Amino acid sequence: MSRAQFEERFFGVARWVVIAFLAVITVVPFYYMLLLSLKPIDALLLDPGSLWVSAKDLTLSTYRDVLRSTDDGGQGFLKFLLNSALVSLGTVALTMLAAVPGAYAISRLKFFGHRQVSALFLAVYLFPATLLAVPLFVVFAKLHLSSSLFGLAVVYVAQTVPVAIYMLKNYLVTIPSSIEEAAALDGCSRLQTVRKVVLPLALPSLMATGLYVFMIAWNEFLFALLFLAADPGKWTVPLGLAQLSNGVEVPKTVLMAGSVVLTIPVVLLFFAAERLLTEGLTSGADKS
Amino acid sequence: MTTAPAGTPQRRHTGGRSTDRPAGRVRRPMTASRRANRAGLAFVSPTFVVVLVVVILPILWTVLLAFQHAKLVDIQGMGLFGNWTLDNFHQVFGSAGFWSSLTTTLLYTAGATFGSVALGLVAALALRKPFRGRGLLRAAMLLPYVAPVVAVSFVWEVALSPQYGVVNNWGHRLFGWDDPIAFLSTRSYEVHLLGLHFDVPLALLTVIAFETWRYFPFAFLFILARLQAVPGGLEEAALVDGATTTQRFRHILLPQLMPVIALLCVLRFILTFNKFDDVYLLTGGGAGTDVAAVRVYDFLTARYDVGAAAAQALVLAVSLMVLMGLYFKFFGNKVQEES
Repeated sequence: MSRAQFEERFFGVARWVVIAFLAVITVVPFYYMLLLSLKPIDALLLDPGSLWVSAKDLTLSTYRDVLRSTDDGGQGFLKFLLNSALVSLGTVALTMLAAVPGAYAISRLKFFGHRQVSALFLAVYLFPATLLAVPLFVVFAKLHLSSSLFGLAVVYVAQTVPVAIYMLKNYLVTIPSSIEEAAALDGCSRLQTVRKVVLPLALPSLMATGLYVFMIAWNEFLFALLFLAADPGKWTVPLGLAQLSNGVEVPKTVLMAGSVVLTIPVVLLFFAAERLLTEGLTSGADKS
Repeated sequence: MTTAPAGTPQRRHTGGRSTDRPAGRVRRPMTASRRANRAGLAFVSPTFVVVLVVVILPILWTVLLAFQHAKLVDIQGMGLFGNWTLDNFHQVFGSAGFWSSLTTTLLYTAGATFGSVALGLVAALALRKPFRGRGLLRAAMLLPYVAPVVAVSFVWEVALSPQYGVVNNWGHRLFGWDDPIAFLSTRSYEVHLLGLHFDVPLALLTVIAFETWRYFPFAFLFILARLQAVPGGLEEAALVDGATTTQRFRHILLPQLMPVIALLCVLRFILTFNKFDDVYLLTGGGAGTDVAAVRVYDFLTARYDVGAAAAQALVLAVSLMVLMGLYFKFFGNKVQEES
């Protein structure tokens, strides 16, 4: 057998091994999450190694427990979900308002210093979130915003604006400028051109960026921990889950139901817009 | 570049000047490039102001705070300047575990960067050619990356738990582990192999494995996108010339992928270096996983010592910049040439 034949066969087999391995490591943890959320804690403690749930153990009471408000003896995740949704949607709205004009300017207009500005927006990522956390923590304590959902949304904007600008810019440069020139010839001002021509054309990218921002805000943990930890009524879902999992009083299977509740919205959104998102993120990567 | 015709109506920021002004005006109409300049500045300024207020000013203030005596309780009455001191840095550099924490951070960052990019590369190569169910697997593989870190770290925590974790249970059944292994709270685990004894930093390795698992989809996405843009003719030509699979990878694909791999390494290095959530959620920074970002958090919340937290964060940022500077000094030209 020649070297080429050997390699052909070897990698033919190795490829399927790798594919199986990848499928296992990506799917099994999520299957495990779902599985544990469907059984009572006794069943888990009795047989930790079981990889399915028997019909007599199958229960949805974990979900009832985790969603019910604390007054009714639950964990109040419904309230957390509402908080998370408010913060995330607020972040998306604020980020888009802040990022769209900037992304348009960087992609289209050769203004004084446009290179520096666009580099600056990306350089923001060089600084750790913890570096931002210190002064924002202090300022928000001063403004008495430190345990408000609005304050948190403002902080999230800082986290999301740079990546939003980057994604939007990558899409906007692909819109031919002749379309805008045609609009200008027809008497559109620059603002009208943006509103009536560029934004409708960029709708897929706007949606992808909005979704990505939503996910970042929905998943964020550090700033929620810093700002809201003292006020359980304002906890977001990630914060609530993390805080409760530190204690021993809440059964792990109930918290697993909480993780499922936390994971499902982002995963659904992601699958609804997978193509849009992956292309939005990687556009530009293939033409370096 | 956008070149609006000279006759278009003037933009709002040109103020009082309008097109119906009688002929013979003194100022010439603006050139297209000047108009683009003005419109650009007008469009970019709202974004710039937002970034300035929520990102740049806070960073600058951190720099100031790092050189001041600042506890959270007395910061209310404090001015922006004053109380200058270098104590914070003495405290940061002098505190027990600073250097070991920096080493841990570097090991963690390098390990997680290498792991996620390497696994992403392998995954991209495996999923390059179409097969039944590829779309499904591709989508499933992005799950670790999009799922909330709190949820997935909780799953890992439960799965690795010595009491009720599935991993230890199966390890006992399949490999005959005698004692359950506490993956997330064992600083060093003694391994006996071929008569040799090793101390393995188990918690650190587990955290690195978690990072690799969580971020390989990110590398996978970018590398796959680049891989699919490699012209097929190149490989065919090599195939005709009798190049084997490894040779084609080494001499055809890898050079094409190198720029995106280098970019991913830099990106993942920066992001992992600053990472807080993953380590904090998995181990709380214990058992030899005290990365620098978790120390900043501890300074801030456990001791309410804003000055020391700022100093620690600053040291972290400066070390990252030095590393990046070294990288671009030695490899920057090469990357530019290749791209």
